Order: sequence, then C-alpha cells, then structure tokens
Amino acid sequence: MTVNLRNLGLFGIVALLIVATGVIQSWNVALTILNYGLISAVMALGVNMQWGYAGLFNVGIMGFAALGGLAVVLVSMPPVGEAWSAGGLRVVLALFWGLIVLAGSILLYQRMAPGRMRTLALIVVLLAGFFSYRALFDPAVAAIEAVNPAGTGYLGGLGLPVLLAWPIGGALAGAAAWVVGKAALGLRSDYLAIATLGIAEIVIAVMKNEDWLSRGVKNVVSIPRPVPYEIDLQNDPDFVARMTSWGYDPVVASSIVVKLAYAGLFAAVLLALLWLLEMALRSPWGRMMRAIRDNETAAEAMGKDVKKRHLQIFVMGSAICGVAGAMLVTMESQLIPSSYQPLRFTFLIWVMVIVGGSGNNWGAILGGFLIWFLWIQVEPMGQQLMALITAGMEDGSALKEHLIESAAHMRLLTMGIVLLLVLRFSPRGLIPEK
Amino acid sequence: MDFLNALVAFLNFVVVPATAYGSQLALGALGVTLIYGILRFSNFAHGDTMAFGTMATILFTWAFQSIGISLGPLPTALLALPFGILVTGALLVGTDRLVYKFYRQQKAVPVIFVIASLGVMFVTNALVRFIIGPDDQRFADGERFIISAREFRNLTGLDEGLALRTTQGLTVVTAVIVVALLFWFLNRTRTGKSMRAFSDNEDLALLSGINPERVVMVTWLIVAALATVAGTLYGLDKSFKPFTYFQLLLPIFAAAIVGGLGSPLGAIAGGFVIAFSEVTITYAFKKVLEYLLPEALEPDGLVQLLSTDYKFAVSFAILIIVLLFKPTGLFKGKSV
Repeated sequence: MTVNLRNLGLFGIVALLIVATGVIQSWNVALTILNYGLISAVMALGVNMQWGYAGLFNVGIMGFAALGGLAVVLVSMPPVGEAWSAGGLRVVLALFWGLIVLAGSILLYQRMAPGRMRTLALIVVLLAGFFSYRALFDPAVAAIEAVNPAGTGYLGGLGLPVLLAWPIGGALAGAAAWVVGKAALGLRSDYLAIATLGIAEIVIAVMKNEDWLSRGVKNVVSIPRPVPYEIDLQNDPDFVARMTSWGYDPVVASSIVVKLAYAGLFAAVLLALLWLLEMALRSPWGRMMRAIRDNETAAEAMGKDVKKRHLQIFVMGSAICGVAGAMLVTMESQLIPSSYQPLRFTFLIWVMVIVGGSGNNWGAILGGFLIWFLWIQVEPMGQQLMALITAGMEDGSALKEHLIESAAHMRLLTMGIVLLLVLRFSPRGLIPEK
Repeated sequence: MDFLNALVAFLNFVVVPATAYGSQLALGALGVTLIYGILRFSNFAHGDTMAFGTMATILFTWAFQSIGISLGPLPTALLALPFGILVTGALLVGTDRLVYKFYRQQKAVPVIFVIASLGVMFVTNALVRFIIGPDDQRFADGERFIISAREFRNLTGLDEGLALRTTQGLTVVTAVIVVALLFWFLNRTRTGKSMRAFSDNEDLALLSGINPERVVMVTWLIVAALATVAGTLYGLDKSFKPFTYFQLLLPIFAAAIVGGLGSPLGAIAGGFVIAFSEVTITYAFKKVLEYLLPEALEPDGLVQLLSTDYKFAVSFAILIIVLLFKPTGLFKGKSV
C-alpha cells in the first residue's frame, strides 16, 4: 500500500478540525464529536460495502441500526423476573405460534395449485392464525406491562456483559437483512430502496409500540457500561490524586477519561473492520464483487451467482450497521426508539458515503468523520453567520428574529448542497476508488 | 335501527376519513408515478415538494385574507392554489435545470438520480423550514362542516352522527376534477400523447421527433400541480407541518408501488388501497360491533387489529406483500 499524501492531508484536516474544537470549545465536545464520528464511520463502512462494492441501494440503515440498539437492551439489561413469571413464556409461545402460522401459510401457498381455492385457503389460515395469535399474545403482554410500568413493564434482557451485544446486534441486523434481501433483491434498485425504507419504518414502529420488548416510548435507561462511571472515578482517591498531580480538575478529567475509553473501544472495532474489509476487497471475492457491480450480465455469463452474492453482501453490510447501532446505544447508555429519524440515521449516512468516496473504505471513514463534524458544527456556525448578517438590523425586528431562528435549518441545507455538489462535480468522492 | 347506527359509525370513522386520505395519497402517488414513468427514477423529494407547494399556497392565502378576499363558505386556499402551483412549477423546472438535466445528458443510471433527489429533498426541506418555520400552520377558513354530527342526528333521529367536513368533501371533488383533467390531457392532447409515447418507449419516441426536454418540462409542471393540490388538500384536512409532509413520502411511495409504478390508474387504486387498509386496520371496531352484536357477545376490548401508531407500518407491510406476489404492482407497472 502506498501512502497517499493527499488522502493523509484530508484526514489531517479532519483531525485538525476536531482538535480545534477541543481548543476553542472544550475537549469534552471534541471527544463527543470524535466518538460519534467513529460510530458514523463504522456505519458508513457498512453502507459503502453495499453501495461501493456491489451497487446495492439501501435506504433502511435506520432500521438495522435500531435493531443493533435493541440488541444492547436484550443482552445487557437485567431480566425482570416478575415480568417473566407473569407472562414471559406465554409471549414466547405466542410468537412461536405466529411463526408456525406463517410457515404453515407459506407451505400452503407452495403446495396448493394456483387458483381461487388457494387464495381462499390462504386468507382463512392467515385470518384464523392472526386472531388466535392475538388471543395468546394480548393477555400475556398486558400481564407483562402491568408489572411496575413506571420502572420496568418489560421483560428486560439477559443480564450479560454489554460488549457481547455488539456482535449480537450485528447478527440481529444481518438476520433482518436476509429476510429483506430475500424479498426485495433482484428487483430494480429503486424498489430495493423503497422496500428497505419501509422495513426500517416497521422496525421502528415495533420498537415504539411493543412495550414488553423495548419499553416503547418510555425508553430504556441506565444500560450497563463497558467503561467505568465518572462518579466512581471521582470517588477513587488514586484517580483524584493522579489527576491533581498532573494539574487537571478530577471532575473534568473523569468524563474525558470515560470518553477516551469509549473512543478506544470504537477505534478497535473500526480498525478491525477496516482491516477485514480491505482484505476482502483485495481478495478474489472483492474482484468478483466489483465485476458484478460493473457488469452484471457479463458476470452472470461467467457463471457467478449474482443474486446470491448480492444477498451475501447485503447481509454483511447491514450487520455492520447493526454493530454501529449497538455501539451507539452502548455509549448513550439508553435506548430511545423515538429518536430514530431517517434524516439522521439513513440519509446522513448516505451523504457520508457519497462525499467520502464510494467504493473506497478510507473514503467512507473520512466521510463519516467530516460529515458528522459538519452536522454538529454547522448549527453554531450558522448562528454566528446569522448574527453577523443581522448585526446591522434593529433589535426586535421580525426579520432579524426570523433569520436568527432559521439558523437551525442551515444544517439540512448544508447537507443537501454538499451532497449535490459532490455528486455533480466529484461523483467519486473525496477519496475515489482505486 | 342498530344496524343503521353501526353503518353510520362505520361511515363516519372509517369510510369518510379514508376516502379523503385516499384521494390525497392518490394525487401524491400520481406525481411519483409520472416522474417514474417519464424521468425513470423514484423521486425522494416528492414529499417535500408537496410541503413547498402547500407553503406557497399558504403564503398566498394569508395575503388574500389580509386584503379581505375570501370565497365565502369555501376556503380561501382554493383561490391561492393556482399561484402556489406556479411557484412550485418554477421551483421544479429550476431544480431540473440545475440538477437532473446534467445526469440526463450523462445518461446516468437511475439510482444516481435517486441519490440526487435525496439532495434535492434536503434542500427543499430546509427551504420550507427557512421560509415558514417547522411549526404547525393552520390556514383553513370558511364553513367547517357540510353536515355536522349534531345536524345529522337531528335530521335522522339516529344515535350516531355522521359528520362531513367541508375539507373532506372538497378533497374528493377536487381530486376527481384533477384526475379527470390529467387523464383528458394524457389521452387527448398532443403533448399528453407524446408523454405517454415517451414513457412507453423512449427510443421510438425520439425517432418520431418528440422533443424530450419539452416532455420533461411539461411533466415537472404537471407534477408541481399535482403535488401542490395534494399537499394543500392534506393541509386543509389535517394541518400543515413540514415534518408530516416528509413522512407522507412513505405511504405515497407505497401507494404508487402497490398500484404499479408508472401507471396512473394504478396510483389512484394504490392510494385508496393504502388509505383504507391504514384506517380499517388501526380503527377500534368496538363501537360498530356494540350496535351489531347482542349484548352477551359484546367485545371487552377495543377490537383494534393494530394500534394507531402502526399506520406507516401497515402501508409498508402491504407494499411488501404486493412486491412478493406481484413484483410490479397491481396494474403491472414498469420495472426497467
């Protein structure tokens, strides 16, 4: 690998931006940007794998990230014993029954000859299945949600170490992607896009409404952490003594140490993934993927199973997004289903991949950091700009107030313009594919 | 009597709202379908185009209201609508010149257009928020009801009332007029026929001397009209909030795909399929059943198939089921 000075320079600029934030604003803000940047970079890697390697257009990133977040709750929260005894097994049974009904109707559809009888039988099985499922499911859910609704009202998780949730989150997202891919791959790219958008909305709807699973809009808070708590550090005489001897305020230092610990964990994941992906790209497998992307018909003629490869890469890319989603919830140590918005979790990631350079992993990472930095900092910059523009205006004038209020929308405008400009004038991104 | 009461409750809570919502979706989906048929991409900016058109109409409405022009019992917004359409048309033709034309000349693959439309979506969204702000805006005036629940009860002597809001009636009437005009245009006029020819077979249409840039421009203008009308009707019926319009993208896409992308008839059918399934699946049928069933059998629960928050999920579940069985939608849409 030759070291490319230009690319190094681009990464240097982003590093400088973050350091400047640390110097001008505070190191806490800078490290927060860094941590979210690391998570965004992982997500961008996943999307880049699907779009850059294989040309698959996935607009359901939000759903896969949310599934990763859900995995954190399911893995690391302590189980709620009372809720389990109230209706835990019944819910599991009901879900199992639902699966049996679905499997039965698929079997029916495959076995019976096409025609009116088949449609009729299918409708009867599905309707009967739905109502019997609800008859099993509803009372169990009511029983679980009745257990201390203010504090729990859900089944809780397995009480396992939180780091275990990262691979499990990936697996969960990957499994969902397999289902989506089976249904929607092989359709035209637009259809895949809209199908993934839809699945993401369904995932979020389930997480917002199924209180027994995720507490819904009541949110799950204080998820266990893989790193020490600030308050424990502040109460640790060794830590306080050391920080004071180095000349730092122990309270500030404790939060910085925690953030640095997260940054270390995230960086480890990012680097490991980057290494794996670069290896994959260089292998015969990577060459095959690009061959399929560039000319599907030719690749098919050469005997490559295009549909299978597409499914494979779709599952892998989505699993990476799931891991990133799990990392995010771990860092925030709370799951807020209503915070999943497509603008932030899907379209922003797309801007990262396009701007950074699709097809190039380094580009995706650069895009992740740079766009996240802009996403956070454009708002204060916009406010300063508006303050400058309106400086000459009379205080209290309607236009001045309107302009200052509007500064918040600079964010979307900037993202849109950046995306359009890059797509137009540098469609291969800042660090193009080799 | 009980049967009539049940019927009225069903009409009032399911049929009337779903018909109005279905008309709004159908108009939105027609716009998406036209762009797909002629420009050959899924326009993610359509929800925000609707928001922009509605915003323009609202601004004209306020201007008319402030100088005292009104339509009496009808909302002033109807008068403002043509002006809103003009502004939106200018915006869409402008974006086409600035953004999409380049990719057309490059003969870029459709998915590049889709990504460009994401960028346009961001910018339009920001423009709307810049100009009118992110909050709820109400701009409906005139008579609120064609017939109110109380009037209906007094008139018929039933227990259940049937309310028909002016905006709901207006939505359906306007939608019918707009759709009739659109089909007349597509089937009878020269430009409309050349648009259909272009949509069916681009190369053949070019050979027969159709000017593609003209077809594209007319398409954008029609889309502007459809989006503004759909958005304004939705805003009159419910309320105007930019974020809600962004979210409308989802059921609109679902409607267009369920009907079959590229097929105008399909878009209308899809709009009603999605609207009726959303409303019936999330409506609590307790009231209707209480009238119909003998007391002993009366349900304890709400008899709601899914909670109301699953509305979007319903439209997409239908979309995916349709894609599984009929990959190009009910009316055999395009899949290039």
